[in-house]
Amino acid sequence: MNKESNEFQYSPALESTSIVKIAERYGHFINGKFTSSRSGKTFATINPATEEILAKVAVGSKVDIDLAVKAASGAYKKVWSKLPAKERGKYLYRIARLMQERAREFAIIESLDNGKPIRETRDVDIPLAISHFFYHAGWADKLDYAGLGIAPRAHGVAGQIIPWNFPLLMLAWKIAPALAAGNTVVLKPAETTPLSALLFAEICQEADLPPGVVNIVTGDGKTGAEIIAHRGIDKVAFTGSTEVGKAIALSLATTGKPLSLELGGKGANIVFDDAPLDQAVEGIINGIFFNQGHVCCAGSRLLIQENIYNEFLEKLKNRMGKIRVGNPLDKNTDLGAINSKAQLQKIQTLTRAGAAEGAISWQPESSLPKKGFWYPPTIFTDVTMAHRIAREEIFGPVLSILTFRTAQEAIEKANNTPFGLSAGIWSEKGSRILWVAKELKAGVIWSNTFNKFDPASPFGGYKESGWGREGGRHGLASYLLRNEASAKSPSRKLVR
Amino acid sequence: MAATHAFPERAKSLGITSEKSLLKFLSSLPGIDQIGVEERAGYLATRSIKNESKRWAIDLALSMVDLTTLEGSDTDGKIRALCNKGLHPDPFDKTLGRVGAICVYNDKVKIARNHLDQIGGSDLPIAAVSTAFPAGRASMAVKIQDTRDAISDGASEIDMVIDRGAFLSGSYQDVFDEIVTIKSQCGDDVHLKVILETGELVSYDNVRKASYLACLAGADFIKTSTGKISPAATAPVVLIMLEAVRDFMNLSGIQIGVKPAGGIRNTKDAIKQLVLVNEIAGSQWLSPKYFRIGASALVNDLLMQRMKARDGYYASSNYVTLD
Repeated sequence: MNKESNEFQYSPALESTSIVKIAERYGHFINGKFTSSRSGKTFATINPATEEILAKVAVGSKVDIDLAVKAASGAYKKVWSKLPAKERGKYLYRIARLMQERAREFAIIESLDNGKPIRETRDVDIPLAISHFFYHAGWADKLDYAGLGIAPRAHGVAGQIIPWNFPLLMLAWKIAPALAAGNTVVLKPAETTPLSALLFAEICQEADLPPGVVNIVTGDGKTGAEIIAHRGIDKVAFTGSTEVGKAIALSLATTGKPLSLELGGKGANIVFDDAPLDQAVEGIINGIFFNQGHVCCAGSRLLIQENIYNEFLEKLKNRMGKIRVGNPLDKNTDLGAINSKAQLQKIQTLTRAGAAEGAISWQPESSLPKKGFWYPPTIFTDVTMAHRIAREEIFGPVLSILTFRTAQEAIEKANNTPFGLSAGIWSEKGSRILWVAKELKAGVIWSNTFNKFDPASPFGGYKESGWGREGGRHGLASYLLRNEASAKSPSRKLVR
Repeated sequence: MAATHAFPERAKSLGITSEKSLLKFLSSLPGIDQIGVEERAGYLATRSIKNESKRWAIDLALSMVDLTTLEGSDTDGKIRALCNKGLHPDPFDKTLGRVGAICVYNDKVKIARNHLDQIGGSDLPIAAVSTAFPAGRASMAVKIQDTRDAISDGASEIDMVIDRGAFLSGSYQDVFDEIVTIKSQCGDDVHLKVILETGELVSYDNVRKASYLACLAGADFIKTSTGKISPAATAPVVLIMLEAVRDFMNLSGIQIGVKPAGGIRNTKDAIKQLVLVNEIAGSQWLSPKYFRIGASALVNDLLMQRMKARDGYYASSNYVTLD
């Protein structure tokens, strides 16, 4: 052994996939049963790290959606709305416990289908998804305290469209509050990541959830559009791109259907010169490289106070050199695969635009696997507010770095975006943190940390980042209607 | 007050030539966010080190152990046994090298040195704990004499303790002067490890401050603990010290070593330490020259895990020597 200097090479530490059984084909989950698509059409879902086909999944068409909505509507009228609230809570608790029992399966299947590291699915996605069910299970029989008067009512059937970046977690964000509030659901997982939702369907069966309370229809954007347009849907919830969100808002404009949207972002992480620098570096890394940057609330713009720019950049680059890119099933992988070819191309297009507009890109040395979709951790310096990479959501592991001189300038730059989802403030000075947080137009603001989620904490955006909140009492409210008859009841004083 | 203080070259090169400039330097260090640093340490603790990399890490860790006995009940016999163990941790496998050093109390240095020289271990360093270890509560004259004795008896490494009382009361210059004085006793040939006793320093900010103070004053190594106070070498503390030596190297060009001590009892703990070194300070620190682990029971667990890696099964503890 050379004792002067050593390279510590971590041997592969692969999570075994033996406990996961993926079927060759999947149908929709309608009225408590798996049913094949009426059209017979299927699409393949692949492992983005290897481009291997994982399973064939049904494409939902109008007929399938009719069936799903009918099942949901029947279940709402006949069963779910008649059930005592605490019984709804019991089902949710049961689902949460069954998910815990099969957490490892969920973690592996999510990693396979999405490309994200097993470390993240195991430690973040799955535990958080489960905690959303536990949290909302508790709400089911306490809706009188949701701030909407005595006995607020459910909408009926909720149509829910979720994205591919946190497939199971987004499912939990949608289904848990909807069921707790007394709605039934028709949910469509993203085209590239349907498998964890289909495993969740199995959990619904195991939990003996009454048929039709949860219906899962797979498919692409057209399938989603059919769900949203369906007259049997009473409430629409969408998480995804701002572009699609706007189209949905337009399409529902005259229907009066309640709509909640959780869309894109271009979050600013603001580092002041008195910040705890090493932890700030970690926060920046976590903010943009967590989940390959496929995070709507990612801290994709870094604003560094000018006087610490060089020192901070040096630390950031050094830290980026330690990021381990590769096989998502390796327990030591920090950065996994890009979810799809289309997303990779979008990242490439935007980073090319960044370079063409004069920003300077830097990447640590890393070797990417030959097969699959990969993009190395990347930072751009010399970025100005006019650059596309400072304005558009890249949704990849790409950070745009800008500087500021005064707090006022940082606030102006952070707010100068059509989005308003997240922001981070790094400083040891409490008064400054509070003042800057007050001035920022963002739905979620973290100070001296980033990407912290809790089911009790509402999440959502300003401006083009969305309508409504998810999580907490605020999130629950979007699945409830105020019972006007009781709106002035004295019990309102019980809640804030 | 016209007290004169000596400032070593490395401090002067960073503009530290007076008490005022020393205080200014220490107060300008960035703060540490407790939650953030604990989160980072927790993250790195989930690294999964398997197979080939585990075998490699075990051998590296063995070469870094400062095999230690610091008991009031230490006898010459125990010291000799420790020396044998340190020179040949696994008597049946001569491919395995020696540990990093033997670490003993001052009065046992001579017996250790003589015994090692007799058994062919003249290149195995002896570290002596010094300056009224572990409390550091003695006059400066006593501390100097303590150090001189150890060196003249054959210690090539001195593990000194800092005066935590002085540090916590803000008398940084006093702590600085003490380290400078002890380093001057050591000269260039004897390595000085400065024990911060992080379990008594209360905050992570203080750990960083004390780390820099020791680096500036002439330490060759900074060491977490005496082993007599708990908590000792916790992961966040080691992480902060590794950040300090990494940043100090960028500032001054001088590479200082780190020695966690206390509470590292098994292979898993030791490998976690190596992961910290690798990902925080970098591979330049992955050598006994710059990283040591102060421990006693650890060696046997490393040996058992080494046998397991070689043979495929766990041997009974009777297959490793007691001491």
